[in-house]
Amino acid sequence: MLIYFLNSILFVLGLYCLIAKKHLVKKIIGMTIMDYAINLFIILLGYKKDGIPPILLPDMDINTFLQQSVDPIPQALVLTSIVIGLSTLALMVAISLRLYEKYKTFDMSEIRRLHG
Amino acid sequence: MLILFYALLIFCIVGSIIAIEIRNILASVIAAGAVGMALSILFLFLGAPDIAITQVVVEIIVLIVLIRSTVSLDNTSPTKHRDTFAILSSLIFFGLFLVFAFMAFQGLPKFGEPLMKVASNYLRDSVTQTGASNVVMGIILDYRAYDTLGEATVIFTAILGSFVVLRAKGKKRKEESDRVKVGIPDKEDLPKTLIEVEE
Repeated sequence: MLIYFLNSILFVLGLYCLIAKKHLVKKIIGMTIMDYAINLFIILLGYKKDGIPPILLPDMDINTFLQQSVDPIPQALVLTSIVIGLSTLALMVAISLRLYEKYKTFDMSEIRRLHG
Repeated sequence: MLILFYALLIFCIVGSIIAIEIRNILASVIAAGAVGMALSILFLFLGAPDIAITQVVVEIIVLIVLIRSTVSLDNTSPTKHRDTFAILSSLIFFGLFLVFAFMAFQGLPKFGEPLMKVASNYLRDSVTQTGASNVVMGIILDYRAYDTLGEATVIFTAILGSFVVLRAKGKKRKEESDRVKVGIPDKEDLPKTLIEVEE
């Protein structure tokens, strides 16, 4: 249970960075940390004690493999999620670079023309 | 083994605190990169070598993209007019979040004892049904191949979006500059042959 709790502390740190910081690149870093924490949480859910990777080697018995292997489904889903996190990060960086070109600053509180 | 997990996770937490609180943005980006690398080692020990390889590659690309966005630009975070209300309310909210998360974790299966109801079928039949001895690859590219198709669509859309946003010169600016010159042109703008004909 403690390892889940540490993992949620990591998530909360990313969320804090996303909400409280003003610099656009810091917000992106906070989002990346949240992404890491969620991926790690899903992998942790599938871990088996003293587990082996889910790769069937030729000299391995299928029954011992079934008993020892870790859960492969979270790994398959997280593999997708990591790459999607990368592409959303590229989009965020592109938009923040465009904002820098227009307003000459990364500071969110200085970008005042967006206020209603 | 469990001590190793705790050590790496605490390293991640310390690294992300440094990444959040340091003033220099370049140092912050590098600290975030260190967190990602530690996470990849943690994946390796958790029995997920595929995830570890992908995490290393993605981490390096993230570092390159973020350094590109920070280097030679505005390099220090703003210090004046901190929003104390936002910080205080977010801290209260995070305390509540941690309490409720701790209560919710009691309902999960214990760490080290996953459920594996569907997964045992995949593990047993993967070699005979798909021919893949790496079960993760069998799931990604065979059992759930439509997920991978959707992932490719998302990546394509994101790259297209960032390409459109970052395009240096838009089409519209050219059209507008044409529209300004509508009307009777000056003599200097006309080609020389036309002027000679008029004279």
